[in-house]
Amino acid sequence: MKRAIPIFLVLAGLLVAIAVANPYFLEPAGFLGFLKRVAPLAILAAGQYFVIVSGEFDLSVGSLVTVEVVVAARLIDGDEAMTWPVLALLIVIGLLVGLVNGLVTTKLRVPSFITTLGAMLILSGAVFLWTGGAPRGALSQGFRVFGREGVWAVLILLVAVTAAVLLMRADFGRTLIAAGDNERAARLSGVRVDRVRVFAFMLSGLSAAVAGILLGGFAGVSAQVGQSLEFQAITAVVLGGVVLGGGRGHVVAAIAGAFTLEALFTLLNLHGISGALEYAVQGVIIIAAVAAGGLRLPALRLSPSKV
Amino acid sequence: MIALVANPTRAVYAALIATLAIGWALVAFDGGAFTLNDIVGIQQRSAALGIVAVGQTLAILAGSLDLSVAYLISLVSLVAAETMAGQSSNILTAVVVALGVSALVGLVNGVVITKLKVHAFIATLGVALVIRGVLDHLYDGPAGRVPVDFQQLGYARIGPIPVAAILWAAVAVAVWFLLRRTRLGNRIYAVGGDVEVARLSGVRTDRVVIAAHVLCSLCAGVAGLLLASRLGAGAPTVGTDGGYDLESIAAVVLGGTALAGGRGGVAGTVGGVLLLAVLDSIFNQLEVNSFFKDVVRGVVIVVAVAVYARRTGRRAS
Repeated sequence: MKRAIPIFLVLAGLLVAIAVANPYFLEPAGFLGFLKRVAPLAILAAGQYFVIVSGEFDLSVGSLVTVEVVVAARLIDGDEAMTWPVLALLIVIGLLVGLVNGLVTTKLRVPSFITTLGAMLILSGAVFLWTGGAPRGALSQGFRVFGREGVWAVLILLVAVTAAVLLMRADFGRTLIAAGDNERAARLSGVRVDRVRVFAFMLSGLSAAVAGILLGGFAGVSAQVGQSLEFQAITAVVLGGVVLGGGRGHVVAAIAGAFTLEALFTLLNLHGISGALEYAVQGVIIIAAVAAGGLRLPALRLSPSKV
Repeated sequence: MIALVANPTRAVYAALIATLAIGWALVAFDGGAFTLNDIVGIQQRSAALGIVAVGQTLAILAGSLDLSVAYLISLVSLVAAETMAGQSSNILTAVVVALGVSALVGLVNGVVITKLKVHAFIATLGVALVIRGVLDHLYDGPAGRVPVDFQQLGYARIGPIPVAAILWAAVAVAVWFLLRRTRLGNRIYAVGGDVEVARLSGVRTDRVVIAAHVLCSLCAGVAGLLLASRLGAGAPTVGTDGGYDLESIAAVVLGGTALAGGRGGVAGTVGGVLLLAVLDSIFNQLEVNSFFKDVVRGVVIVVAVAVYARRTGRRAS
């Protein structure tokens, strides 16, 4: 957890800066609005964390979010009665896509970068093949309530964070980190590496399903809803000090990374640096953050306290 | 057949020939035919991706990867077109400036990865975002003008062969020579294979990775020039619309180069790009839905890599 301290300091600094620039942020409604905006990315970051800490990537979550929203709109088509069955179906789709990603990566030994890149192409191709090129149908009010009402979004976020923390404290979490840190050693000590990795991919798929449900309510139906979310999620996780390649990092820090990214966007917007230069600033900050994290690594490796 | 699959480079060419044969049959069955024009079209379309993918091969062989090529291509197309400003006399300056910008971006990528020790994925993603920000800030749409002389690069043919394809072949042969016959080439394989072993053998690994990234970005720059000549102007979305970042990585891996680095080569990449292009033109001939194309492309990439993985796995065990 030591590695994660800087991200919380940065996050605190950003939140203070936002509050100074815009006092409305401190009022319950203002802060709730912020949480509502963060929730989808934070949940995606938690899902991506499991995959990254096990030593893999999941590039398919952006397309998967789009698929979830488009499928929901087409199947619900404004019919309230369809809300719950479709919600259940979306969760199943997310888990299933994660299962396939995980099995292809572990059993067929395709690098996860390629597996999930393929999944990204297949998912976005398939869903628009099905709807004829553009999203169709509409979401029901019952569906949209999750992303639209701040209370629901925050509640779902809390459940997701709690579940993620509990999972990482359980045997699963320890074996997952062991698998990401040193696969061979983990295998030799009896960890079922393939199984925990497949499970990590399923959690990532599940997180994309939940994020899709929230974004559908929050942002509505569009073909771009999930665009570049995979890179944002990976960025958030890495900002949280989680090492690409696996084995190091804490899930709460990864989620804090998502908060930091969103707080950064909010602050840039407040200062009128919107759209264009926002990307440039984001790029510089990501590199700087990871460089700062990387430069400390040799010192950590020398210290005897680290196992 | 087993002998064919044993070597990924041979496997991708076998797949290419098989795809061509099956495609030919399907198209004929459909009542159409592949003409010389279609084959020229395949070369035209694949040239830009091919050049980027050859550069990407260098980065991947060195154990790195480059996600910034798509935005770099857009940037180069704009820089070149604006410098030319429609005047033939400016062509040389524009090419030099464009390649200079590319080399600089490659240098930044390489230095951030090696000296700041940032994972290549994040480093090049960050650089991509920076370029994107600059592009979005400075340009709303197409800008600059490419003189007619320079447009020859994109459209002219020598006999039946497009100049663009010759350019691609030249880049591929140059990189092939670099990898097979020069010290830098050997070192790229060494660093990609095992960076610690390379370092202990006295290779200055940082320099090798930086060189690979500079060359990779230069290739992207050449592709940007080619696309500018074809469009007649620079465009801020030409790189991302083509999806050159992920597509080039997919083509490299399809060609049998290991994503982890150290194994593979340019010949496979050329085969991978041609395979993607042939699939594309077969689908065009059959008027297949473009979303279906994405699905097939995704399946082909994953299946190909699964086949290679099986092969190397068996050898190891």
